[in-house]
Amino acid sequence: MSKTIIDKLWDRHIVAQEKNKPDLLYIDLHLIHEVTSPQAFAGLREKNRTVRRPDLCFATMDHNIPTIDRFNIKDETSRLQVQTLEKNCEEFGIQLEGLNSEQQGIVHVIGPDLGLTLPGKTIVCGDSHTSTHGAFGALSFGIGTSEVEHVLATQTLWQSKPKQMNVKIEGELGFGVTAKDVILWFIAKYGTNVGTGHIIEFSGSTVRNFSMEERMTLCNMSIEAGAKASVVSPDEVTFSYISGKRYAPKDQEFLESCKRWSELRSDENATFDQTIEIDAREIEPMVTWGTTPSMCLPISGVIPSDESSTSAEERQSLLNAHHYMGFKGNEKIEDISVQHVFIGSCTNSRLSDLLQASKVVEGKKVHPEVRAIVVPGSQAVKKEAEILGLHQIFLEAGFEWRESGCSMCLGMNDDIVPEGERCASTSNRNFAGRQGKGARTHLVSPIMAAAAALKGKFTDVRSILPKKEQEVDHYAGV
Amino acid sequence: MLGFKTHSGSAAILDRDHVDTDQIIPKQFLKKIDKAGYGEFLFFDWRYHSDGTENKDFELNSSEARKSSILITGKNFGCGSSREHAPWALKDYGFHVIIAESFGDIFFNNCVKNGILPIRLTKEEIRNLQSERAGNLVRALMIDLERQTVNNEKGEVFSFEFDPYWKKMLLNGWDEISITLQQEASIKKYEDERIVNG
Repeated sequence: MSKTIIDKLWDRHIVAQEKNKPDLLYIDLHLIHEVTSPQAFAGLREKNRTVRRPDLCFATMDHNIPTIDRFNIKDETSRLQVQTLEKNCEEFGIQLEGLNSEQQGIVHVIGPDLGLTLPGKTIVCGDSHTSTHGAFGALSFGIGTSEVEHVLATQTLWQSKPKQMNVKIEGELGFGVTAKDVILWFIAKYGTNVGTGHIIEFSGSTVRNFSMEERMTLCNMSIEAGAKASVVSPDEVTFSYISGKRYAPKDQEFLESCKRWSELRSDENATFDQTIEIDAREIEPMVTWGTTPSMCLPISGVIPSDESSTSAEERQSLLNAHHYMGFKGNEKIEDISVQHVFIGSCTNSRLSDLLQASKVVEGKKVHPEVRAIVVPGSQAVKKEAEILGLHQIFLEAGFEWRESGCSMCLGMNDDIVPEGERCASTSNRNFAGRQGKGARTHLVSPIMAAAAALKGKFTDVRSILPKKEQEVDHYAGV
Repeated sequence: MLGFKTHSGSAAILDRDHVDTDQIIPKQFLKKIDKAGYGEFLFFDWRYHSDGTENKDFELNSSEARKSSILITGKNFGCGSSREHAPWALKDYGFHVIIAESFGDIFFNNCVKNGILPIRLTKEEIRNLQSERAGNLVRALMIDLERQTVNNEKGEVFSFEFDPYWKKMLLNGWDEISITLQQEASIKKYEDERIVNG
């Protein structure tokens, strides 16, 4: 029988299966960070349990840590949480990439970068953006702390198989349009509920032409479309990205692995519960204007007025978003000024993101009324970027060049957007209060964020870069 | 896992869609290392003004809503972050049941693991359920997990779907990890076969 990649991934991990019960799935990689794990370790201790496979766990600290003066965590509760992770990892024998480590970074940046994220694996983490790892053809999803404890104790999870959706994206993306715009456009068009109860396979020529880093951006935000997880079938792009990574298989073992991974693709006649077809040529650089990722428009767009609502309910949600974001309706996106620019997060803090943004700002200056920061996703990304001289480009333009971490994506550290101010952010959520109480977040791609930093307002990045340069840039995945 | 069989109580109405876990409990309260005491921070940015005074306009701050142990809300409740602090806060505040059109996937699981019953009803059913509404409160609802029903004061019955496995786990309050540890032989066998087959 024909199978989808999702069927194949699922079937390969079934430990126990019984009628009218969820399947017991084996977990190949458990990523751990400081915020969602302390209560799980405490639970183990309470019941005198141990970690079944510490060798399949990998921990880092990312949410809380400062991006300036990183060894000096001033917030007492943050410090305790970080110390608790250190203590737990030591006690249970789990590898931890702490603040001192050159491998420290955002959990969804370092997994792929170190070759821990591999096709065919089941990967979980107490973080909703675990969907990122699906870019490799892995079955990866976020879990809660009770499930973290369950995986620690048993290396398995009870899971009912979700429905499957095929999102086929065909054609060449327009100039200045990135993977971030694709996923924002998708959520704007189909809504934050479209993926509820589903795992999405992203397929089609656009996705195949994406670099691994672009695929990660796409999968990262599938959770914002309501999906449990998303996946891209592994191919030569995947294999060449993995080749040579620190923990990836080497030599003969790598070749054999590639052969096995090649089988992980949806069979030609495989059926999905739902298929959505997208023409990549329709997509433009996007900017969110409201308080969910679906409240999103092309850069040429105009914020809807309440008169455009089709129902009382829609009108209310529009008015709530207007109120929070400080709009009345009918404002042009290009007229919205920003006070902050954040380039970072598990969506867009990889080397290619920084490289593309640096091309926009090179030789130019950040608008005097904008505070702009670049937060590389990991210490390794930071180092590689510095070898390429990107930090100089950003610093000369007037950006701050920070240490790695989650930073202003959710502001659990000191990187917070003040009340009422606006931020052009490459992160994944524009929920009310996400970047700070009363903070107004506009989600954009790294090049759109860079353009906003220069102009002090949202600007069509296509008007800044000469066309030729932009085309070269588009596939600058590293 | 905490058990759940039946629950009777009044329901507060939070008539909003897409309430994300950042709203249920903002990030500054995720730094603790235990599970207790999150109730006072529930819906923090909505419950309180910046100066710490109570926001009288927030639905749950109404005198009637304070009597509630059930929450009735819109679609996509608990979307966003995986933080289990959200159900910890709801439970600590005193909610035992949440009735919504749909839920964020991870949040739904997190509720079940903490003995909060998340119930999916259609928009119309939710509207009908509220026919006995007194301000921001629906009085006297009776929830029975065994029968998978919600009864209101008028004697109307609303049925809901619930996964039979998780229903059994909740009804019995079984410790999920203990149950799984009984599968040790299957887990070991899976690992051994993986080593052999690659």
